[in-house]
Amino acid sequence: MSGPIVEAEGVVKTFGPIRALDGVDISFEAGIIYGLLGPNGAGKTTLIRVLTTLIRPDAGTARVAGIDVLADPTAARTKMGLAGQFAAVDDYLTGRENVEMVGRLYGLSRGDARRRAAEVLERIGLVDAADRPVRTYSGGMRRRLDLAASMVGRPQVLFLDEPTTGIDPRSRIDIWNLIQDLVADGTTILLTTQYLDEADQLAARVAVIDCGRVITEGTPSELKDKLGGAVVELTVTDDCRDQTLAALATVTGEQPAYEPSTKKITVPAPDGARTLMAVVRSLDSSEIVPDDITLRKPTLDDVFLALTGHHAEDQTQTSATKPRRPRRIR
Amino acid sequence: MTALPARSRVGLAQAVRDTAVITKRNLLRNVRLPQLLLFSTVQPVMFLLLFNYVFGGAIGRAIPPAAGGKYINWLIPGLVVQVATFGAGQTALGLTEDLSKGVIDRFRSLPMARSAVLAGRTMSDLIRNGLIISLMLGVGFLIGFRYQTDFVRLVAGVAVALAFTYAMSWVMAAIGLAVKNPEAAQSAVFLPVFPLVFASSVFVPTQTMPDWLRAFADNQPITVTTNALRGLILGEGALLPGQTVEGQILAALAWAAGILAVFAPLAVRVYRRTVS
Repeated sequence: MSGPIVEAEGVVKTFGPIRALDGVDISFEAGIIYGLLGPNGAGKTTLIRVLTTLIRPDAGTARVAGIDVLADPTAARTKMGLAGQFAAVDDYLTGRENVEMVGRLYGLSRGDARRRAAEVLERIGLVDAADRPVRTYSGGMRRRLDLAASMVGRPQVLFLDEPTTGIDPRSRIDIWNLIQDLVADGTTILLTTQYLDEADQLAARVAVIDCGRVITEGTPSELKDKLGGAVVELTVTDDCRDQTLAALATVTGEQPAYEPSTKKITVPAPDGARTLMAVVRSLDSSEIVPDDITLRKPTLDDVFLALTGHHAEDQTQTSATKPRRPRRIR
Repeated sequence: MTALPARSRVGLAQAVRDTAVITKRNLLRNVRLPQLLLFSTVQPVMFLLLFNYVFGGAIGRAIPPAAGGKYINWLIPGLVVQVATFGAGQTALGLTEDLSKGVIDRFRSLPMARSAVLAGRTMSDLIRNGLIISLMLGVGFLIGFRYQTDFVRLVAGVAVALAFTYAMSWVMAAIGLAVKNPEAAQSAVFLPVFPLVFASSVFVPTQTMPDWLRAFADNQPITVTTNALRGLILGEGALLPGQTVEGQILAALAWAAGILAVFAPLAVRVYRRTVS
């Protein structure tokens, strides 16, 4: 298919006084993982709900697989799969029954639903547990089953709303592998995440979303390039800090930055490892031994901090320590 | 098997099929967790035992002779209607639970018939309530209930009760979807229903109620439906002077049809609004 597989333009959605989406534009081609990155309440889930026909926006347009989701939601639904934030699986049915049921509701015949469910369960690694009731499943297994259910209709586009939130690291890797397999087979995936490493690892393109707006968009490396190149980051004991700062300024020709809260000194490293080596030589000749020294590429967290003035994961992790904008409901 | 074709409309055949799929899904829960059904039956049976043995002696004197001199014969048709009414509340609870677990979102993202979620829910609750009514009738027989007409009329009476419970399920669907939260739904559903059940002929004849209450009690749907069942199960002698069995059946069915005509479209509207 030519043209973008998912396209949203000027999407606005308000809930009472809250502008959950404030004119969102996104667009991307088929066959990739597209990441929507943002803190809780940024509007990620609301955007997914608009794209999957669950809510109608107040303004704007959205197309999935070439179908206008507002004009023809039923047709659009045949092209998409959704795995929401909560595993929407039935505790009292077995894994297989859950997947077969969704297959039937996609319009598959009884036989096709059965065959397709077996295929999907195999793929997702739940064959052994398939005939057990879901209430015996672990959290990670439930998420995988939910993913299986969203795949059963062979959707062209899969929408995954925070597929790894709240599950253990091991299951997280499983789900990452599965998502990468699906894309290798030609499915397009839009996933939301609050985890920068997840977007960094999986997504070919990322839209950073905050307060209902896309604040930047691009490949993870483009986003990092916006912040310039690598930095050398080091910590030294307090008594030789001034000496270190002076030495670094001489080596790089730039004033290093010192962050008192973390005691980290950073200095731009335009030549990468060369800069690092020059820094090390200079410290060595001054007989300074740093506690820690690294050459670091900017992370998406740096991107986020630079663009929004706050850390991406702040809102969920340190809820009591910093003043913040009111949380938004989805 | 290739990708599904894009369909803009869901046909009637698929709507029926989707409804069957959802109905089966809802019923399986009762099969896998038989306690659910058991506890739903325990409550009416408890009512049956308490009312029969505690109040039966006292109330027994006030009931018409058509009951064969036994309060339980008078009580059972009333309790069947009570189960039909309370059992319909399950529709609200089931829907709010699906809403809160994201199951409704999943259904709404599928190319299935929109109507199937509510149609399937009310259908599975109808079957479930039919089962609970049968279980309660079984217990009733064990402790002395005997129909005074014939078996066919007993079955006809149960059918009238099922028409009523189906209509009430749509009322409860509308309430549940409006409240959304499972805990809130619990009280939102049972609070209005309690006075309706007690200010009726379910437990006692209405003659001893004050006039203002009696005027209400004699004409509200729970009384009318109970009267229809009593007429069928005990004979015309169980009704007030001037009432006929046919008249009460027609009135009960008219109530059910009227409730359905108002609340089914309303529930569908609330469903559309609730989830979007």
